[in-house]
Amino acid sequence: MASTVRASLGRMGRLNVQQQSLRFSSSGLQVHRDSAENNASTRFTFTEDSMKKVKAVIGIYPEGYHHAAVMPVLDIAQRQHGWLPISAMHETARVLDMPRMRVYEVATFYTMYNRTPVGKYFMQVCATTPCMLRGAESITEAITKKLGIKPGHTTDDGLFTLAEVECLGACVNAPMVQINDDYYEDLTTKDMDTIIDELKAGKKPKKGPWSGRLAAEPLTGLTSLSEEPKGPGFGMQSGF
Amino acid sequence: MYRVPQLTRLATTGARIVTSSARGQQTAAAPEKIEVFIDGKKVLVEPGMTILQACALVGVDIPRFCYHDRLSIAGNCRMCLVEVEKSIKPVASCAMPVMKGMRVKTDSPLTKKAREGVMEFLLVNHPLDCPICDQGGECDLQDQSMGFGSDRGRHQNQYDGKRAVEDKNMGPLVKTSMNRCIQCTRCIRFANEVAGVPDLGSTGRGNDMQIGTYVDKFFASELSGNVIDLCPVGALTNKPYSFMARPWETRKTESVDVMDALGSNIVISHRTGEVMRIIPRMNDDVNEEWISDKTRFVTDGLKRQRLLAPMIKEGGQLKQVDWEEALYVVARKLRQTPADQIAGVAGGLVDTEALVALKDLLNRFNCENLYTEESFPTVNGGGIDLRTNYIMNDRIMGVEDSDALLLIGTNPRYEAPVFNARIRKSFIHYNLDVGLIGSPVDLTYDYDHVGTNAKALDDLLAGKGSFAEKLKSAKKPMVVVGAGVLQGPQGAALLAKVHQLADQLRSKQSDKSWKVVNVLQRVAGQVAALDIGYKPSVEALRDGKKSIKLLFLLGADEASVSRRDIGSDTFVVYQGHHGDAGAEIADVILPGAAYTEKESTYVNTEGRSQKTLPAVQPPGLARVDWKILRALSEIAGKALPYSSIQEMRQRLAQVAPHLTRYGEVQEANYLKQSMELTEKSSSAVNAELKPAQLELADFYMTNSITRASPTMAECVRAARKHQQNPHIEQPKRHTAASAM
Repeated sequence: MASTVRASLGRMGRLNVQQQSLRFSSSGLQVHRDSAENNASTRFTFTEDSMKKVKAVIGIYPEGYHHAAVMPVLDIAQRQHGWLPISAMHETARVLDMPRMRVYEVATFYTMYNRTPVGKYFMQVCATTPCMLRGAESITEAITKKLGIKPGHTTDDGLFTLAEVECLGACVNAPMVQINDDYYEDLTTKDMDTIIDELKAGKKPKKGPWSGRLAAEPLTGLTSLSEEPKGPGFGMQSGF
Repeated sequence: MYRVPQLTRLATTGARIVTSSARGQQTAAAPEKIEVFIDGKKVLVEPGMTILQACALVGVDIPRFCYHDRLSIAGNCRMCLVEVEKSIKPVASCAMPVMKGMRVKTDSPLTKKAREGVMEFLLVNHPLDCPICDQGGECDLQDQSMGFGSDRGRHQNQYDGKRAVEDKNMGPLVKTSMNRCIQCTRCIRFANEVAGVPDLGSTGRGNDMQIGTYVDKFFASELSGNVIDLCPVGALTNKPYSFMARPWETRKTESVDVMDALGSNIVISHRTGEVMRIIPRMNDDVNEEWISDKTRFVTDGLKRQRLLAPMIKEGGQLKQVDWEEALYVVARKLRQTPADQIAGVAGGLVDTEALVALKDLLNRFNCENLYTEESFPTVNGGGIDLRTNYIMNDRIMGVEDSDALLLIGTNPRYEAPVFNARIRKSFIHYNLDVGLIGSPVDLTYDYDHVGTNAKALDDLLAGKGSFAEKLKSAKKPMVVVGAGVLQGPQGAALLAKVHQLADQLRSKQSDKSWKVVNVLQRVAGQVAALDIGYKPSVEALRDGKKSIKLLFLLGADEASVSRRDIGSDTFVVYQGHHGDAGAEIADVILPGAAYTEKESTYVNTEGRSQKTLPAVQPPGLARVDWKILRALSEIAGKALPYSSIQEMRQRLAQVAPHLTRYGEVQEANYLKQSMELTEKSSSAVNAELKPAQLELADFYMTNSITRASPTMAECVRAARKHQQNPHIEQPKRHTAASAM
């Protein structure tokens, strides 16, 4: 027992802080560290366009409850800036007139708020069981091979960030990758290469399944519901 | 802000009783009581009560971590699970309201199993560092795992270890060890609700959840120390006290604090003649269960800069002598000096016994020149002859019944932090409207800023402005004037104005015991000194009209009288416990005892007389103050007629009977007479009302004990540095206009 503890301590000792946090945590550090690109004086103000959206969002909530708008407002901030620097959280707190800590709490709770910079294309490879069984690992490998980045890293040109995430709810089309707001499903390593190439070229790759099927239809063609739907009254007693 | 908008408040009055359980305010007719059964025992409880509270009524103690009487209910620790008949799952008793005929089983196998399960999960990530943990011996987790936990756990952590959380830097007072945190969120709720500094929160989720400030920030609150008491485990502990003592090896003495005029009730922990720490003692009338950081962390100030032996100045140098010699020198001076050339000045920390003894002593020599350092207007109105004029008539507790509060020239947040917490509580739960005349400061709650100049009082008198309307329509208005702005030449006129306003408000009152006018004193000894008959100003000594040849400074350390004022030939005797401003100009020093070292009486700003008890011996040759004066009187040939604390107390009762009615407030009368004496003037008082303590850095060092404390010095430094932190929020001016 003692020796296993020592061995595990020894292993942990070799990990640096970042690796350790990666090991135990799903979304990085839960405290803020000032860095060159992320500190209180990072420039962030809502653009006129964003401000319009913010005002519309606040308008949804009854008077006195506008704190509830914190999630959409943070999202607006993230979409404007690409990710969510601490100064954007401060600005959100200011706009909603709430304590900054309350904003930090929300921003750290939800993993879709990126509190560290991400590339222009934020690639989230689903790695939960169904996707994993269908080859999610090879998709990650393909990206790593193509772009030279590992999960959690960003390419030097700032275009791509790779992340391994938990279930994105498209198990039926496994394996899949979410890039920014779009799902790319039924992928093979070759498809992944193509997607990256197209993104690099500034094109928009095809969203949805890459296997050629529509949505989640069977790959081998429809096995049921293949005929035109019957009209009303089908199967009813003639009396009705 | 935490205050719920007006409309929804009406709908949630039922919930209010739960959240303000400490003092549930009942509206309209009391609803019918509900019958519930706790372990088969029938108990009648008010609707809206929780199961946990109902259990407490029959003396069944439910284990809990997150639930706390004075904080909102979180219900996240699950330790209070109990079985309720006909409920398929155990319920969290702290958050579940009672229902008619509910049968609660607090000792059933299901309850036991639930508790064991919760405890097992809590211990999964809790380090086994009890031997080096400061909470050891007073740890809720320790106690409850012994009482309610299983004797074994199934968790295997050789594969992934226990959760590791980095420690947070919360400043020089609160030490953190976040591995130990069980995330009960008591500290967060305290910071949000009571302290009004919403800097603490929980970041992350699930296994990654942490308690902290997210950004590197000092927990800048004058009440921050209370999170140490609230923390059920050793995650937040007392930094200056760390690794100093174990709770079972210390002795506890119940006493009273003197750092402000509230007289917060405290327990002094001490060991081998040394004060180890100070923790609060519950007193719902005064401090609930909070104390300010100054009260709690001043302990190291009691060990430094102390006067240890009598001293006499010879050739500009103070030389240590024995008591006999020092007392003979003073006694000789006392006998030789003509009565009108003797004067005594008492400081703010002096106890009532010493005040009476000094007055008796000088009176025996036909001297009536007895002053307090802290001044108070005497010329206008009843002055100090009528007690209503200088105490907080409506009590600290009264602010919970009040519906409109006007603060004049005071910053209660730093002058009386616990009182400010009470105002905040009333603001949040009981819909109190607050107005402020004086420098705009952050009071942690919204207020109407009526003005910075005393002229604003005239507007209120004339009924101008929105706050005047609120005051006028209030059922129980309170006007609290800070003693700080009553100093100086304008004080009397200002106090008269305040009386005028209070009288106007009072005339509409149906409740004649509600006095409206309140004075918030700044120092602990002032009310007693005025009760006894000290003159509240040293102006008479400073203007040079009196030629004083013997000046007796009794703990007078605020440098109100300097050498320049009295001339170099005046013989100055200083009696007190710290080498501060008073000792600096003294010819003879008589070392006295601090408040932790003597049995003494203090009267707080409400006029509540309270007793301190000696926790430790005065250091070195220092002695209890009244005994020094008694000895001096003997040598001077006019022995005072008391030689034991009992006889001293009898003398106190003779002077003013309320002084020995401990724990009670003697109601002050003669309000009408006071009003008749008050000069009504229609001309405005033109004075900028600026309290001395505006920001946190001003709070920590206000008297001779705090000035000697390295911890307090560190706090001042931390508070100043905090101002430079880019992550602090801009101090919000809490005005009702921006209220939500």
